[in-house]
Amino acid sequence: MPIQSYLFLSFSLFAIGVMGVLMRRNAIVIFMCIELMLNAVNLLLVAFSKLHGDAGAQVFVFFIMVVAAAEVAVGLAIIVMMFRKVNSVDINILNRLKN
Amino acid sequence: MTQLVYLIPLFPLIGFLLNGLFWKSMPKKLAGIIGSVAILASFCVALGIFFEVKSGGVPDKGIVHIFNFISVGKFSVPFAFLVDQLSAMFLLIITGIGFLIHLYSTAYMHDDAGYTKYFAYLNLFVFFMLLLVLGANYVVMFIGWEGVGLASYLLIGFWYKNKEYTNASKKAFIMNRIGDLGFLVGLMLTIYNFGTASYHEFFGQLSGGIGTMTDTGYMIGTGMTNAIAICFFIGAMGKSAQIPLYTWLPDAMAGPTPVSALIHAATMVTAGIYMIARSNALFNLAPMAQNMIAIIGLATVLLAASIAIKQNDIKKVLAYSTVSQLGYMFLALGVGAYVGSLFHVMTHAFFKALLFLGSGSVIHAMSGEQDMRKMGGLGKHMPITKFTFLIGCLAIAGLPGFSGFFSKDEILAAAYAKNPMYYYFALLGALMTAYYMFRAYFYTFSGSFRGTEAQKHHLHESPAAMTIPLIILAVLSVIGGYVGLPEVIGEHLNVGHLLNEYLSPVVQNFDVHHLSHSTEWTLMAVATALIVIMIIIAKAVTKKEQFKEATGLAKVLENKWYIDEVYDFLIVKPMAWIAKILNNVIELKGIDAGVNGVGQLVQWGSTRLKNLQSGQVGSYLFAMVIGIIIIFAIGIFGLFYA
Amino acid sequence: MNIHDIIFWILSLWAIVCAIFVVVSRNPVNSVLFLIATFFAISGHYILMNAQFLAIVNIIVYAGAIMVLFLFVIMLMNLNTDTEPQKSRLVHFAALISAGSLLLVILSAFRYANLTQVPITDAGDIGLIKVLGKTLFEHYVLPFELSSVLFLAAMVGAMVIGRKEVVEEKTK
Repeated sequence: MPIQSYLFLSFSLFAIGVMGVLMRRNAIVIFMCIELMLNAVNLLLVAFSKLHGDAGAQVFVFFIMVVAAAEVAVGLAIIVMMFRKVNSVDINILNRLKN
Repeated sequence: MTQLVYLIPLFPLIGFLLNGLFWKSMPKKLAGIIGSVAILASFCVALGIFFEVKSGGVPDKGIVHIFNFISVGKFSVPFAFLVDQLSAMFLLIITGIGFLIHLYSTAYMHDDAGYTKYFAYLNLFVFFMLLLVLGANYVVMFIGWEGVGLASYLLIGFWYKNKEYTNASKKAFIMNRIGDLGFLVGLMLTIYNFGTASYHEFFGQLSGGIGTMTDTGYMIGTGMTNAIAICFFIGAMGKSAQIPLYTWLPDAMAGPTPVSALIHAATMVTAGIYMIARSNALFNLAPMAQNMIAIIGLATVLLAASIAIKQNDIKKVLAYSTVSQLGYMFLALGVGAYVGSLFHVMTHAFFKALLFLGSGSVIHAMSGEQDMRKMGGLGKHMPITKFTFLIGCLAIAGLPGFSGFFSKDEILAAAYAKNPMYYYFALLGALMTAYYMFRAYFYTFSGSFRGTEAQKHHLHESPAAMTIPLIILAVLSVIGGYVGLPEVIGEHLNVGHLLNEYLSPVVQNFDVHHLSHSTEWTLMAVATALIVIMIIIAKAVTKKEQFKEATGLAKVLENKWYIDEVYDFLIVKPMAWIAKILNNVIELKGIDAGVNGVGQLVQWGSTRLKNLQSGQVGSYLFAMVIGIIIIFAIGIFGLFYA
Repeated sequence: MNIHDIIFWILSLWAIVCAIFVVVSRNPVNSVLFLIATFFAISGHYILMNAQFLAIVNIIVYAGAIMVLFLFVIMLMNLNTDTEPQKSRLVHFAALISAGSLLLVILSAFRYANLTQVPITDAGDIGLIKVLGKTLFEHYVLPFELSSVLFLAAMVGAMVIGRKEVVEEKTK
């Protein structure tokens, strides 16, 4: 497949992820859409590594996954802690960054 | 000795600084001594300089250079003093009479709380006046000009707690200012056309007469000379209280009486005459200006004298008398009799200061009462004051033998020579002068006392510090005239007109026709006879005076021809209205609104911007995405590189 | 149109449809499940490109561990459709527009890019685990070690954040 197809696919997934981030009010679902975006990027990276014949890109994808895992762990911990305080995961209520 | 001329203004300046800076800690006696001694020292130096000038031993044409004041390109104004016959004469008058008045003030102002401040201001005034007459160019004169206006303001409003007094001082200052504008315009015209402000250079360029070229390449024409002369005269109008800028002088009587004597009789108001006499070379080439001066002077004589006839405050009578006599001096200048005018300046300084100080003595004895209707019969209680006051009245009326006779007669003769109509009006003015002065004298010193019992008990002769100056001035009022003997008398005694000879290198009468001797005798005799008649009339009127309510013409005169009211209506009210509009519309609604509006705009903006940090994560995310889109768009479509 | 292309199109369609359902579904549990389906599609793409290692790692790590974690948390909080808050219509619309603009802007970048039409269907060696391992441990050892430190930090952070406040209980 020409690279343009993969480009288009990846960007579509990314855009859908962005849409989800903006649209949803549930913090966890927003988190999931972020994961979706990360995966879209991974896909693109792998496609490019194939294009250029560079293995380093796939190693990079590997590391992205590593980081995503760590981030999920910490992020969910934060969300759980907030849930304990205000008993909701609605981001409209989680506005402690105000002013 | 001429080189020491800078000492003359320096002593009063030091006196001002000492009294002014240390007024809180200075003991009263010391303040008076410092003030008076400063002037006395200046007088001694002035005396030395006078003798040197008289004997003709003045180096460098009398110019003493102090420092370079302004220096722009080819135009330079040095701060320099000019010592010649004219300035030496004025120096003597200013420091001499100034000293006598300082001496008088030590007793007169004895009980006042602002004693030290008073002497500081007086010394400041003398300092500026000395600068005025000593300057070698118009700029230094202008410094002194402005300075005496300032000192006059400070001294008129000396008792500043009274609102009327401060209004009077403001009025004086503002009217002076209007005149100063004329002076400045004249000065600038001079600098523009002649490239210099210095007397010698200016007069040197003028000596070629109409039609020659100035140093800066302009042709001297009557238009130019008339314009400059009239502008200078406007300055003199303000300073020397001529029509229309004279109304400040009667109001200036709000100040202490010695101040009135010094400033408004002997020195400041003569500054205008000094300036015109100094610039006689210019005025000789400006016939239109000369006519204007003569006519305005004459009109002032008559107007002021008519008002003085009906005044009840003794100081106001003297004030209008001053305005009237100044009119005489300007009349003399206008017909070209510069020496006559200066002669009258000198004699007027003597007898007017005497009259003012005498009235101060009366007011002091009457515990502050100034209304003549409450006085009467004071001659019994204050003989010295009465006697000296009488001498002053005789001098100002112009009775033969007294100084006023010689100077006034010279002016009247010159006026007759120019135009007999001038003479008739001037004579009328002299008759009115005699009448109102003797009316004042008889009201105050003759008849029976009309005041309260409390005042009666307080009546006493003034202390020596006040009477000695009175006596000295009285003597001068008598003998001061003999330096200016007219030809008709002098040729019999083989004595020339001393003043004329003294001043001739600097100031000469211009275009004054000589009258035949018989004409002069006739004029003198007629004047004298009429004046004596007026004195008798005055005595008769004051004996019978009932002090009724004034009606008709008398009422108009008493109210100063309502000129103040006219000024108020025509000028003051519109200006106040304009100021109110400027304040309400432009200041409040325009500028304030603008400045406040900026503040309000910032507040409104920050209130809006505050919502950016709402804490809503959703909006943050939105902002992020929008930002990324914009950055990509710019980067991709190269919007920044366009 | 060979079999390769057909499989590509099927997988792409599957990925996009599931992604849209992730975003749209109201029940968060449904969102999780659809996301797992999306990951499967993406792994399919990896295999199509002969990136075998990554495909398997994707399934194990993402679909297996991370999504399970998500599921745990959702169950913990007992979220279902009726507790799910919804944003307003306007916001939905705006989100759609923004995402669409982002897509368009990025895609338009490739007007200026010279991309060869080289198909990448050939199965190279790169995705093989042997080659990947060699690259990883020869050139990228330091990041590898650091990633372990990263994990340590993440674990410690998660534990610290998630700890219950002991002090408050004592004062009660």
